[in-house]
Amino acid sequence: MANQTNTTGTVHHLRRMATVWVILSVIGDILFSIFVAPHVPPGRLTETAAKDQTDFNILFEMALPVLFGVWIYLAYALYVWGDKRNKNAAFSGEAARTNMKTQVWWMVITSVTVLFLAGFGTWALVVDHGSGGGQGPNPAFAPAGGLKAETAALLGKATWSPGSTNVLPVQVIGQQWKFTYRYPTFGGFESSQLILPANTTIAFNVTSLDVIHSFWAYELGVKADANPQVNDVAFTTTKNPGSFMVRCSELCGIWHGSMFNSGQVESQTAFENWATTTEAANAANTALLPAFAWTYVPDANGADGGYYPTNDPYSTVETYGSKQPS
Amino acid sequence: MTISDERSSEVTGPVSGHPHETRKLSWTQRPGLLSQNLLTAIVLGVIGYLIGHWFGNYLSSGYDYISNSGQNSIANTLALAFGVVGWLGGIGALNYPFAKLFGVDGLEEESPVDNWTKYFRYSLDHKVVGLQYVVGVLLFMFTGGLLAMAIRTELLNPTTHYFSPDTYIKIVSEHGTIMMMMATSIIVGPLGNYFVPLMIGSRRMAFPRIEALSFWIFTAGYMVIFSALPYGGFPTGWTGYAPLQTQSGPGMVSYLLGFAVIGTGMILAGFNQAVTIINYRAPGMTWSRVPVFVWSILATAALLTLATPVLFAGGLFGLLDKTVQTAFYVNEHGGNAYLWQNLFWFFGHPEVYIMALPGFGIAGELLPVFCRRPLFAYKISSAGMIGVALLSFFVWQHHLFQSGINPDMRPLFMLTTELISIPTGFIYLVGMGTLYRAKIRFELPMLFVLALFFNFLIGGVTGVFLSDVPVNVTVHGGFFVLSHFHYTIMGGLLFAFMAGLYFWLPKMTGRMMNKKIGKVHFWLMFVFFNLTFFPMFIIGLLGQPRRVFTYATNLQGLNDFSSISAYILGFSFLVFFYNLVYSLWLKPEIAPANPWESLGLEWQTATPIPSYNFERIPVIMTEPYRYSEEGAPTYADFGTKDAPDSSTPTKA
Repeated sequence: MANQTNTTGTVHHLRRMATVWVILSVIGDILFSIFVAPHVPPGRLTETAAKDQTDFNILFEMALPVLFGVWIYLAYALYVWGDKRNKNAAFSGEAARTNMKTQVWWMVITSVTVLFLAGFGTWALVVDHGSGGGQGPNPAFAPAGGLKAETAALLGKATWSPGSTNVLPVQVIGQQWKFTYRYPTFGGFESSQLILPANTTIAFNVTSLDVIHSFWAYELGVKADANPQVNDVAFTTTKNPGSFMVRCSELCGIWHGSMFNSGQVESQTAFENWATTTEAANAANTALLPAFAWTYVPDANGADGGYYPTNDPYSTVETYGSKQPS
Repeated sequence: MTISDERSSEVTGPVSGHPHETRKLSWTQRPGLLSQNLLTAIVLGVIGYLIGHWFGNYLSSGYDYISNSGQNSIANTLALAFGVVGWLGGIGALNYPFAKLFGVDGLEEESPVDNWTKYFRYSLDHKVVGLQYVVGVLLFMFTGGLLAMAIRTELLNPTTHYFSPDTYIKIVSEHGTIMMMMATSIIVGPLGNYFVPLMIGSRRMAFPRIEALSFWIFTAGYMVIFSALPYGGFPTGWTGYAPLQTQSGPGMVSYLLGFAVIGTGMILAGFNQAVTIINYRAPGMTWSRVPVFVWSILATAALLTLATPVLFAGGLFGLLDKTVQTAFYVNEHGGNAYLWQNLFWFFGHPEVYIMALPGFGIAGELLPVFCRRPLFAYKISSAGMIGVALLSFFVWQHHLFQSGINPDMRPLFMLTTELISIPTGFIYLVGMGTLYRAKIRFELPMLFVLALFFNFLIGGVTGVFLSDVPVNVTVHGGFFVLSHFHYTIMGGLLFAFMAGLYFWLPKMTGRMMNKKIGKVHFWLMFVFFNLTFFPMFIIGLLGQPRRVFTYATNLQGLNDFSSISAYILGFSFLVFFYNLVYSLWLKPEIAPANPWESLGLEWQTATPIPSYNFERIPVIMTEPYRYSEEGAPTYADFGTKDAPDSSTPTKA
């Protein structure tokens, strides 16, 4: 069997491999989707995370047949065409050197796969409002009301209450080596705890005071680099209450490894209670903080707020001290 | 056009010596400068370092000190720069340019002594430079590997620490930088320099002095990068992101200057390879008859020459920021930290393919030899390598998907990144097509090539996950990425390098590598490479960021598994070194002239290869790799009756 060298034998080789390949791929994909897919990170705590998980699973179910295809081919080839079993194989010159049909099919299949993946990724990115990734100061894939909430936050006019459909802006300030969270909707108080309301679209505004950090809210499916002098916006929509981890995922110096804390998604009323209580408790401190702004420049006098006059991250940041722009 | 004249006379005219015949001069006849060697390089390097340090302090004393270090960054920079110049002067790299500058003619810088000392000198013989590179990259790799062992040791336990966080991050940074810079040269340097001229039927490289210079710059760059450790290291990882870069101490100077120095060597090596391949091919070697390894080196050379200058510029900007207080990367002063990220990755992504393409080349070169059949779809394989090289310039922002710039460009960079898998897929088509109905010989080099196809597949497929922006949110900056690029670079390039070494060392040294020890090495390396890095995909998905000294306690099991596998992986390299010592010195076994029955031109030369390579320049008669083809013409005509028979070997 292994020494078949006529043309019918050639067909059989591929047919055998294809049979094993189809069977294993189907089994593999089914097993994956039943046993692994529901547990794939980042979980389903938010809409974003759920969609990221689905994307990962679709990619994996496409990747598995590719892996199996090559592995089965390699295993089959090495087993059947080792020189000891296959002493008498002869090659008919030109035919062994190339095969136009194979080449064309290979290119067509890989191109279609790749174009499908790129199209699918783009679709997922757009419908998922940037998929939880940092989009810079001028987000291209903002959800409805997202940009409005951003402007309102800067002007001190952002509002949110249980049951409202408003987007909740939350500022994330990275510094060596901790994250601080600021809530412009509630008087701009600062907290080292990240508490979020359930069933709400959140606009994270990520910035840094010193070097580049990356705000990685693992279970939320959010990751945005914290650049000094830059406002990096990422959107996500929370679902049910639950806890999540926050880590720094961009090397930021010696204690990068221990720059993490945990956060909580709570029910809307619980969140409002916490936020209003904390706002009141911190009123004295908040009065000393610089006004809410997209970026902060630490200097000898504390921290000045900064913003981009034209929303262009490459433009010069303007600082406005304690006075907010109108 | 002197090149073509020379070549045609070499083919048709009588043989009368060759351009580089060594002159027998006695010690006293030699001009003093000609006895330069490694020792003089070290001495002048140290003197240069001291002068530079003094000069820097003289220039800027009391003016610019790195905060909290008591060190003057200008003095540090000039010390290292002058040290590099001293090193190059000491080895003799500057003799010829200076001789020309001052109108002195006829100065030969090549050592006339043809003994072992030539390996410690500035040699114009591409085979000597090739062997120097072998030792150089192995040393480089060994250093980086030791640091990797230290990293895995620290990650054995999330709470008990073997190093301080400070030391740990410096080890990580040094490991990454050393390995990346080593990997740019690991195949182009040793095997490219040694075998490209042989494979294209040339007597030399186009620019032998530049070739030697690129090696000695490479070694200087290694020492400059390594000098970061005695300077206190740098905490930025190999990516060196500003403003952390601007913030960090004197070790950063070594990193930035080291990139500039090694970058210079890479640009020179790239130019030299490209010019050699384009202009020095033997008559009859049309583009469709060039061995695929040479194609891969040509594609790599294009990347080396076009991408590396960007790194060079980026490094110099960083140096200026650190020394004379410019603000290229300082947002607060009108600069932009994104500039570094863009410059770095505009180099950094082609760099990834600088490290992948030569591996593909070796795979394509070795497969036909061990499959005893022609390479399947030869043109597709070279098209694939050129396609990868071209596309690699258009993907760099996928490293910045979460950085906050250009959100509207993400679909484009996702598309270009995924498009790269089409030409990469060509390499798999070629590989799998060549295996089809072959007569596979499971020799050591073949095992490593097969392992490359296995590993690189995992590396490539996970690359598609990373290129998908929604999935990238979870996997960016974590152990998933780390595992992905170790699968492509270590699993691809390093396995290819090992395949190349086992394949070509018999030609380079005249000794066969021991097959039994080699098999132990292969299986240990292959199995424990996968056991080390595969768990890291899971570790990354479970939320462990890169470059951390501590992690969630529930990940300790996986991390320990990975660490212990890494130790055995490290041990497999000791087996390799033992094999080198065993096969070359302890129990040397003389290699047959053509142990693998290859049709390649490099195997048709005499062993040891004469310094002029070919008695007569061969004329290439047909396509390469026509194994087992009935009635195939011989690959090359050497024009001599007693030339080694390069016709199709009889059936194995």
